[in-house]
Amino acid sequence: MKKEKHTDSTERLYKFFIYFVLIMLAITILVPVAWVFLASIKENSEFYGNPWTMPKGFYWQNFVDAWNMAKMGDYMINSVIVTALALALLLLVALPAAYCLARFQFRGSKFLNTLFMAGLFINVNYIVVPIFLMLKDGDVWLKKIAGQGFLLNNIVVLAVVYASTALPFTIYLLSGYFQTLAHDYEEAAYIDGAGYNTTMWKIIFPMARPSIITVILFNFLSFWNEYIISMTLMSSAKGPKTLPVGLLNLMQAQQSAAQYGIMYAGLVVIMLPTLILYICVQNKLTQGMAAGGLKG
Amino acid sequence: MKNSKRRSGFLAVCIAPAVILFFIFMILPTLNVFRMSLYEKGAYSPTETFVGLKNFQVLLNDSNFIRSMQNMILLIVTVTIITFAFALIFAGILTREKIKGQNFFRIVFYIPNILSIVVIAGIFSAIYKPENGMLNSIIGLFRDMTDPILWKSESLVMVSLIIAMVWQAIGYYMVMYMASMSSVPESLYESSNLDGAGRLSQFFQITIPLIWTNIRTTLTFFIISTINMTFLFVKAMTSGGPNGASEVALSYMYGQKDAGLYGYSMAIGVIIFLFSFALSAMVNKVTDREPLEF
Repeated sequence: MKKEKHTDSTERLYKFFIYFVLIMLAITILVPVAWVFLASIKENSEFYGNPWTMPKGFYWQNFVDAWNMAKMGDYMINSVIVTALALALLLLVALPAAYCLARFQFRGSKFLNTLFMAGLFINVNYIVVPIFLMLKDGDVWLKKIAGQGFLLNNIVVLAVVYASTALPFTIYLLSGYFQTLAHDYEEAAYIDGAGYNTTMWKIIFPMARPSIITVILFNFLSFWNEYIISMTLMSSAKGPKTLPVGLLNLMQAQQSAAQYGIMYAGLVVIMLPTLILYICVQNKLTQGMAAGGLKG
Repeated sequence: MKNSKRRSGFLAVCIAPAVILFFIFMILPTLNVFRMSLYEKGAYSPTETFVGLKNFQVLLNDSNFIRSMQNMILLIVTVTIITFAFALIFAGILTREKIKGQNFFRIVFYIPNILSIVVIAGIFSAIYKPENGMLNSIIGLFRDMTDPILWKSESLVMVSLIIAMVWQAIGYYMVMYMASMSSVPESLYESSNLDGAGRLSQFFQITIPLIWTNIRTTLTFFIISTINMTFLFVKAMTSGGPNGASEVALSYMYGQKDAGLYGYSMAIGVIIFLFSFALSAMVNKVTDREPLEF
């Protein structure tokens, strides 16, 4: 039908133009990312000439140096622990809460729902300073009582903060799903003699698996990539650090030290898990976005 | 009777942990932002003194703060306009036209969104490097490069930030609008084709009005999250430099905390909170239209 109105040549020109623009955009995204991968196996001397030359060989020493000398190995372990712990805690707390808030009417349920919705508007980075001060005061108090403070520079506390600040978004996403379920499921379970607890864990949560996977994906990305809270709560020079913070320090230091190879190797170490995960689940992620499209 | 007791017990066990964590780590700090803005508290003085609105008075005359607000507003406005214009146009093209490799484009455009801002800062430091960065070496093909373009100099640093932020955000919004645009029924386009409407008028008179509710919500959230994104990018890419030329409100707040001026830092936090509420209220008001249904 369109052919009747547009002549063939303008149609073809239009198509060509569209492809041209799309391919240009794809290139501006893919080339820099690929460039970092190639740079991570270049020797330091290769960084002073034309940036577009291919690496002379596979210089794996960059990764070895990053892992050992730049302590990327330690940072990686910290990042894995923090992310896993925060995800586990988040699911354990958010799932029952989202279920009850979405499916039960009780005194204050409206208020709590509104409260968590309002939480969506509070950005963690607005309140990172008071969180830091609160933990710092807590440490001072603990020092007085127990002789030692442990709230700052502690990866477990960091995981708790991550999980807590992810609650509004997670509860919002999960409640959205729970609200769509028919009440018949629970009624049938109650008639069969199942209690509230059994019904929730054995009937409802298994059904919610797709939403749970979406929640895990989004929060994995945000916990793994986060660096402002991590930088603030673990500011001690000798204390533990997560991968992005360690790398940021390295990047700021390399401006004088010029160890490009190690820096790009570090970038690859952070980027690789997220890229592999993305390639495995890209469908889930881009679809889940329609549901969780409000995340910033 | 017994049953209702069990019910409330179950509800309490389920909800209490979430409410407690949410209260300690989100509500309490938020209230503290407002409370502490009225006090003078420093890293080296253990006591707090109530000073009323003095922090805000100092703030109004602090030219560094005013510049950081200006920078933030500049970034919000330009990044929002550029990202939304491009995201909507590309999404419109990709859903309306039969494009080969549509899935490939969708996958690629989404990649920047899964990268840490630290990684993006690393990538852009390689792009913007003056002597042999990617961008300058490409521009060097067209013009003489004896004095290279300094992308992170005082005059260009904001442009560099805008490019990086648009690069990061565009794919995410495009994929999202593709999802909502594909729900517009095909029959509407077919009947408008019969009426002789071209692609452009279809885009502005069918596609945009029908997904307006979606655009409106995402616009509000985008603006709120851009306030935060300006901070993340500035902190990782420029640290506010050179000479504070790229400082934004949140990074200035963070800097005041590092300087040990906690009360003053929180007064900036209050302004940012109020600003973000006012801005989202304004956007909501301006974009209010009669919702269309299909």
